[in-house]
Amino acid sequence: MWTWFYRLSSPPYVYRTAAACMPWLLGGAALAIAYGVVDGLAFAPPDYQQGDAFRIIYVHAPSAWLSLFAYMTMAVAGGIGLIWRIKMGHAVAAASAPIGASFTLAALVTGSLWGRPMWGTYWAWDPRLTSELILLFLYVGVMALRSAFDDPNRGDRAAALLAVVGMVNVPIIHFSVVWWNSLHQGATVAKLGKPEMPGSMLWPLLAMLFGFMLFYGAVLCIRLRGEVLNRERQSAWVREAIGS
Amino acid sequence: MNSGSFWAMGGYARFVWPCFAFVGAVLAWNLWSAWNLVGAARVRAARAFAMAAHDNS
Amino acid sequence: MRPGAGTTLLLVLRRELLLGFRRPDQVVQPLVFFLIVTTLFPLGLSVQLSLLREMAPGVLWVAALLSSLLSLEGLFKSDADDGTLEQLVLSGQGLYVIVVAKTLAHWLVSGAALLLVSPLVATALAIPWAAFPVMFLSLGLGTLTLSWLGAIGAGLTVSLKRGNVLLSLIVLPLAMPLLIFGAGATDRAIAGTNALGALYLLGALCVLTCTLAPFAAAAALKVTME
Repeated sequence: MWTWFYRLSSPPYVYRTAAACMPWLLGGAALAIAYGVVDGLAFAPPDYQQGDAFRIIYVHAPSAWLSLFAYMTMAVAGGIGLIWRIKMGHAVAAASAPIGASFTLAALVTGSLWGRPMWGTYWAWDPRLTSELILLFLYVGVMALRSAFDDPNRGDRAAALLAVVGMVNVPIIHFSVVWWNSLHQGATVAKLGKPEMPGSMLWPLLAMLFGFMLFYGAVLCIRLRGEVLNRERQSAWVREAIGS
Repeated sequence: MNSGSFWAMGGYARFVWPCFAFVGAVLAWNLWSAWNLVGAARVRAARAFAMAAHDNS
Repeated sequence: MRPGAGTTLLLVLRRELLLGFRRPDQVVQPLVFFLIVTTLFPLGLSVQLSLLREMAPGVLWVAALLSSLLSLEGLFKSDADDGTLEQLVLSGQGLYVIVVAKTLAHWLVSGAALLLVSPLVATALAIPWAAFPVMFLSLGLGTLTLSWLGAIGAGLTVSLKRGNVLLSLIVLPLAMPLLIFGAGATDRAIAGTNALGALYLLGALCVLTCTLAPFAAAAALKVTME
């Protein structure tokens, strides 16, 4: 079991494995997302309360989930890089950050557009959207910190520390926002919530969630190769890997 | 269900379709940006070798 | 013979306080900033007294947050500039203790000073006197927590040339729960309802941060100074 872990800390191994995995992940993602979109848009029955607007959940929920998942991955990978000084950990963290940030943005935009027909306004400081907004700030902070250092190693380590601190804070932030929101929102505001979910509505959602996860894996593989190349530029194996 | 009512999305078309379009754009951007990163990294690595070879010669 | 943790703490604390008092403008400027920012809100919003009272907790807290951020920059910077920080990191004394001492000193000089000025500001914002105790407590706990959080940010950005904006960018999202609980407590005190729940939450946050943040800040210093 530990051999597998040790292999993951070897840059050439990661480089090759990422290349091998990527097509499968991307293909799987395409299939799952295609099914999810078609079934969710065309065949799932409309919600009796929200009508066809609820279909936004098929892109909003996976985006929000991915934004959190990518942050956790970034923090854990960065932590591994920090504690055990495994450079591949930092590579994974650096690769994950822009992906996660883009999905946070997607969650915010889709959440806002979903809110307009539901609440009558594009932004109502709903606790989930507010938490997503703060998550976006956390992402930006980590990415900005990494790029602020001339020495990429220092940048990696500082960003990893910040990501770990942020991860500890995410549940606190979410809790505090929910608490704050409960003070100010009346019962009249409908939650950006899950409608009643019979199977015909649920399956496309699960497919989309699964598909987005696979997509994240695929893009991570591509980005990871770039990050590995950037960090291992001086090594001999890179020369063979690129060809001349 | 005819195609007209599908595109209308029960009146919510102007919210649903932009959502899907935006997320599609995010997916596309992710792929494009990732390929860009790898491409630029390869160029930089090749340049580093060219310079190292030049220094050694 | 290595001095113990307690001695180190007191020595560093004393040094920081002495340095702080030798540069009074570093103490006064953030305070003035605090006063100015609290003036900006009523001027910008031109509200009557009742509305002012409603926004008072938020205004007070945002102003306290921003002015604390200003003084955070100097937490490690001046020591980093003249090489003292490297000596401290290398000294082999637990960096944890040194960070605790520096942060405490920073709070005594900035956050506590804010507390002293807060009645003035509270009166200007039409906060009733009955709410003052809760306001004091919440500001005290809040600025203390903010000093700890800020120490992490300061440690991460100390070696950067123009790190002050990045410092704010890093610290502010982490400080949002603070703002929510602190302003919430003051809000409830003004409304006359029980603010104890919010104060407990704020206190819990403070304890959590006080214990964990010095580890993170010490680690940050090691990362950026190695």
